[in-house]
Amino acid sequence: MRLLDRRSPWSFAVESGKPRAGGGPLGWGRWTMTKSELIDAIAGRGELTKARAELVVNCVFDAMTQALQRNEGIEIRGFGSFTVRPYKPYSGRNPRTGQPVPVPAKRLPFFKVGKELKELVNASRAYAISGDDDDDDDDDEDTDDE
Amino acid sequence: MTKAEIVQAVYSRLGGFSKKESADLVDLVFETMKETLGRGEKIKISGFGNFVLRDKRQRQGRNPQTGDPILITERRVLNFKASQILKQALNPRETASAAEE
Repeated sequence: MRLLDRRSPWSFAVESGKPRAGGGPLGWGRWTMTKSELIDAIAGRGELTKARAELVVNCVFDAMTQALQRNEGIEIRGFGSFTVRPYKPYSGRNPRTGQPVPVPAKRLPFFKVGKELKELVNASRAYAISGDDDDDDDDDEDTDDE
Repeated sequence: MTKAEIVQAVYSRLGGFSKKESADLVDLVFETMKETLGRGEKIKISGFGNFVLRDKRQRQGRNPQTGDPILITERRVLNFKASQILKQALNPRETASAAEE
């Protein structure tokens, strides 16, 4: 897979001597990209200043947040789609005391990974991921494929 | 909302970028995220959420149509965990006390 053979997209920042926030090895062995590292990568690859790249990245996520606030889904082809799911109110419990606690109705964002990204992610199994996302299967995701 | 509308937001709100440049930059953002996740790295966007990867073991499942048992092979999946800030943006009246998980 050609994409995986490219060098790290934010190696520009690494080469320029920026101390990295994460604790992993350089480039290939890194496990987490933060927003500021994404900004560095955009600045390097897009050949614009970091300040401009920061405005772009913030604008993208602001626009997406605002769409979700309007109850509008977002579809990014090849990446995935975001939808807003309404949840009914229910009576929960304080796990420590056992007291019933009313949980109000809420809206939560939901992401469905796109086909291309899904395949890309699955193909990355040869690479390690960080240890804090273990395989305990306790998440509430649904596993339907379509 | 489509990518074209995100491009429009970058173009009209930031100024200084042509439409083509805005489109290229928005593509670059998603392309970079895709490549990063495709290398097995997760992404944390503070104020928005985390894109996390999980390795799933092989397990027994069923074809929901026929009920036939099938083997679901081991795989790596991507989950999005919305940040509290994003959740609160969608639930304006919610108080901070309801934010615990």
